[in-house]
Amino acid sequence: MSDRTPAGAPQPGSEAFEAELRDEIRRELETHGSGSGGPEIVELRDVWLSFGDREVLRGVSLGVTRGGTLCILGGSGVGKSTILRLMLRLILPDRGEVLIEGRDISAVSRPEALALRERMGMVFQGSALFDSLNVFDNVAFPLYEHTELEDDEIRERVEEVLSFVDLDPAVVLPLLPSALSGGMRKRVAIARAIAHRPPILLFDEPTSGLDPITTRRIDELILKLRRELHVCVVVVTHDVRSAARIATETALLRDGEIIFSGTPEEMHATEDRYVRDFRG
Amino acid sequence: MRSNAFWRSGEHTSIPGRAPKIVPNGSARRSAARLARDAVLRMAFAVEAYCRLLARVSKACLSQPFYRGDLVQQMDTIGVASIFIVMLTGLFTGMVLALQSAVEMERFGATVYIGRLVGASTIRELGPVLTALIVTGRAGAGMAAALGAMRVTEQIDALRTMGVDPIRKLVVPRFLAALVMLPVVTIIANFVAILGGLLIAVLTLDFTAELYINSVWDTLAQSGFVLRFIPIDLIQGLVKPFTFGGIIALTSCFHGLRAEGGTEGVGRATTRAVVTSSILILSADYFLTQILLAMFQW
Repeated sequence: MSDRTPAGAPQPGSEAFEAELRDEIRRELETHGSGSGGPEIVELRDVWLSFGDREVLRGVSLGVTRGGTLCILGGSGVGKSTILRLMLRLILPDRGEVLIEGRDISAVSRPEALALRERMGMVFQGSALFDSLNVFDNVAFPLYEHTELEDDEIRERVEEVLSFVDLDPAVVLPLLPSALSGGMRKRVAIARAIAHRPPILLFDEPTSGLDPITTRRIDELILKLRRELHVCVVVVTHDVRSAARIATETALLRDGEIIFSGTPEEMHATEDRYVRDFRG
Repeated sequence: MRSNAFWRSGEHTSIPGRAPKIVPNGSARRSAARLARDAVLRMAFAVEAYCRLLARVSKACLSQPFYRGDLVQQMDTIGVASIFIVMLTGLFTGMVLALQSAVEMERFGATVYIGRLVGASTIRELGPVLTALIVTGRAGAGMAAALGAMRVTEQIDALRTMGVDPIRKLVVPRFLAALVMLPVVTIIANFVAILGGLLIAVLTLDFTAELYINSVWDTLAQSGFVLRFIPIDLIQGLVKPFTFGGIIALTSCFHGLRAEGGTEGVGRATTRAVVTSSILILSADYFLTQILLAMFQW
């Protein structure tokens, strides 16, 4: 694998390069998206879910518009990650609708669900990088699967997204995930999630297990994604400080129900005892 | 501190200040019945899931997308990488067979039939079964561990979120590679086992190589031929590893994909994969032998 850039093209990491990437993603969003703000592009309507006798979600309703960041907060094991799995149709709800860009992903056919999944990028709690593949192959994976791009174009795109997440492609491309730190793995996972330019990004505990400095870097990266790429972001976390930094909307989950939803400021101002206890 | 005798007595299991709970015999019987029913139900669900996996894999084998690169890689992992250990197994099995049969046959003055015995038992039974068991331990365990690790680290979910079917990407290449490579490594094992028998026959029993090889060939010719030149024994020797290959890949992937509970769960899945594959291979061997005997009327 060479590290060259085509003659005349802006260097990865440069201002011009990132501007070009942003323009291209905006154009794609305008083609496929539903306009800035306005209707919610990810929405759960009265969703119920049980695992055996245990009710995990009880009439959960929430949503986020394009360009917004929804943080779903809650203690361990309350069903936060389950909501992301529902959005991806990795599991199906017992009742209710899971709308992605206005279409119920739990009710459409399998090929349609696959097409809707391509509109989303997911960053897993443990990064879920393919440990037998190096960084290049990991980030290029969705591009080989879902695009008709030539090898050179794929290489360019991989370098673009790695630069976007502040990683030096020349250094990290040949490395295996086992050679990366936790923060770097998380950023490679974000690069993989945005490589095919999805308008929706889902994060499962993006800052869990990271030191405060790396946590802040990841938060800044999520802000940058929203600010510069205008993607819709859904973050599942138990880190209230992190949520306060990145969220435009928050929802607090307890015993399978949303007991609070509103802006981070409203969450800060509320007098609800559980919410106050939770935010510490 | 309580003494060891106290802990061994089992007194610590009763709550102080309360009368020990007396479990009526009828209740114990009901518990046992419930446990047995649960075990049967679990087994039934597992068999149903196994059959559904087989159906999905069969369907996926016949449609696009098809991951050729992964198929080649798996053929290398399952087949090529197993050749050395399979050759070693074949060599020593052939040598032991020749030695042991020489001891018995010498009593009847029938040592001339050693080639027949080594050839028949290796090609019909020992070659396919031992090779399959060796590949189960080597490649099957690896498959279950790899898929189990992928499952517990959410890599399989990551594949699904990227719109990639894990069955097509992970199971189908392993299944097809095992179907193709098991017969290949079995042929190699058979050849080396017969060679091992030849070494013992020539070096220890003062046979000529020609006599031994003719004896092996007589066995093959005795069962007859398909299409005039393919020995029936060889057909049986290839039907079995083909089936065993499917069993190894499917069982190992099945347990790997169902792994849960972290690294310990991966270990459990790997153990289950090896044990289940081995049992299925040995039982399938019996039924296949019955079917093949009925078909070719040995």
